[in-house]
Amino acid sequence: MLRQVEGSRAVAEAVALCRPEVICAYPISPQTHIVENLSQLVKTSELAPCEFVNVESEFAAMSVAIGASATGARAYTATASQGLLYMVEALYNASGLGLPIVMTVANRAIGAPINIWNDHSDSMSQRDSGWIQLYAETNQEALDLHIQAFRLAEELSTPVMVCMDGFILTHAVERVDMPEQELVDAFLPPFQPRQVLDPAEPISIGAMVGPEAFMEVKYLAHAKQMQALELIPQIAADFKHAFGRESGGLVRTYRVEDAETIVVALGSVLGTIEDTVDELREQGERIGVLGITAFRPFPLEAVRDALGHAKRVLVLEKALAVGIGGIVSMNVRAALAGIHLHGYTVIAGLGGRPITKASLRGLFADAVADRLEPLTFLDMDWDLVNGELERIGSSRTSGPHAENILRDVGPVAAGPV
Amino acid sequence: MFQVRIHGRGGQGVVTAAELLSLAAFNEGRYAQAFPSFGSERMGAPVVAFCRIDDHEIRVREPVMEPDALIVQDPTLLHQVDVFGGCKQDGFILINTAKSFDELGLGEFVRDFRHERLLTVPAAELAREHTGRPVANAALLGGFAAVTGLISIDAVAGAIRARFTGAVGEGNVAAAMAAYAWVGDELRELTGAASG
Repeated sequence: MLRQVEGSRAVAEAVALCRPEVICAYPISPQTHIVENLSQLVKTSELAPCEFVNVESEFAAMSVAIGASATGARAYTATASQGLLYMVEALYNASGLGLPIVMTVANRAIGAPINIWNDHSDSMSQRDSGWIQLYAETNQEALDLHIQAFRLAEELSTPVMVCMDGFILTHAVERVDMPEQELVDAFLPPFQPRQVLDPAEPISIGAMVGPEAFMEVKYLAHAKQMQALELIPQIAADFKHAFGRESGGLVRTYRVEDAETIVVALGSVLGTIEDTVDELREQGERIGVLGITAFRPFPLEAVRDALGHAKRVLVLEKALAVGIGGIVSMNVRAALAGIHLHGYTVIAGLGGRPITKASLRGLFADAVADRLEPLTFLDMDWDLVNGELERIGSSRTSGPHAENILRDVGPVAAGPV
Repeated sequence: MFQVRIHGRGGQGVVTAAELLSLAAFNEGRYAQAFPSFGSERMGAPVVAFCRIDDHEIRVREPVMEPDALIVQDPTLLHQVDVFGGCKQDGFILINTAKSFDELGLGEFVRDFRHERLLTVPAAELAREHTGRPVANAALLGGFAAVTGLISIDAVAGAIRARFTGAVGEGNVAAAMAAYAWVGDELRELTGAASG
């Protein structure tokens, strides 16, 4: 049924349609609306049977999800930013133990400096945690990816993170097609755990493994993600068959057929990029887009197929690997090994800075003319940066960066929009 | 695509107004996208919310920087925040106040704008009258329907009832209807004056 709802509400209802049996929640903006909505659905018994557990921290949220999943319950939680970092140790346990937990990450920056706005720093920091990572472009896709995620997680017995841009998607009210319960039930069979803690047939999960077998057990997590490269497109195809729309998959191309320039990105910024690309196409520019939906496992072959014939590739990413630059671009480069083309990394939208069509138009024009630096920071205020660098150079006791720069910015510019 | 920007303060229902507008457009079969400016929301702080309306899927996710219509819920913001940033001379401006643009000190600024698209409406008073509270968001949407003709007042009423049940919903619908009528009268005066 078509509905006009907030992204968080859409995701909460989609998760409820998947009939989770345990939901662990610890609030952190911008995911809070999701678990709030789910708690209501549990309270009113619209979602039943399901146990909603208010925990004392994100570390506890993931630990409870691990316990629940190990006893054979379909388990779900959501987090963001520092919350994700606080559960890191448990994240690795969930993946290492092969527990098919599904978690929403409502993407948000990581401090310091304190910032509650959107970028991809949080989930990107956990790209090697053994979790599958799927990135949603729209609220419809976010909703759909959760339904696909439970099936993917349970078929492989590995956890899945569904990443959606915090605020930009979670707080956006837009049209979604909410599927019927019967269709979801047919698509997602009841959870049949591969391993289960049951007092009637006691086993242990979580053995200590020494050097004689540690590599082999670790490799199995990698092997499962390689299987996911096959399974993700299959599930997306099944989904299309069942629900009648395209969602998920490994990658998605847009107007790349004869493209000399291809822009690569993840998440909700793809829409703004596609609109900008349409304008440039009208002016005769041969430019296209590659959206990466599955970042883990990284679809090397699909990325190579999509980009291999381009003259230049611009990777626009919402996270910064301090000390080297791009994270997504490093992965894209691995996909393009041996292929010569111009490659640009563009860091954009950190800490919620809007990525505008006007800025993208200028950026793409510079890329097409090969005027870009290999590592570019979109809309960077270099006066602010250079002012602080000067202070650092001139005084040993120059003080904290954030406070110094905020003084330079002034109180007016620091306000909203 | 039609883009709306709404300015107000925390607690005035600015984000809800954008959401209701998107719901009204959705109810008429269109695509709509509503979203707030993202900040550390608190009572009284300046808040901005946005709504885009189109006949096909909306992909762009940037803030609305060049609004086709501007709704100002709190006139005390006029000289504190750059509410008119990116406004076009053929755009619509609707301000919650009993004063005129001249009385607000905006006469010079809007001199070259289309005057039949510049309206003020005492939405807070209308809201107080019909709901007992001076929360102007729903009433302003009635005014918006009248001045833009973009959505019907029935769609606005439907959106308000979908979000608020009972007396609160009906009170806000009445306030929206009253603002719709008020702006309609004002428009007839303006266009009558122009042709006469």
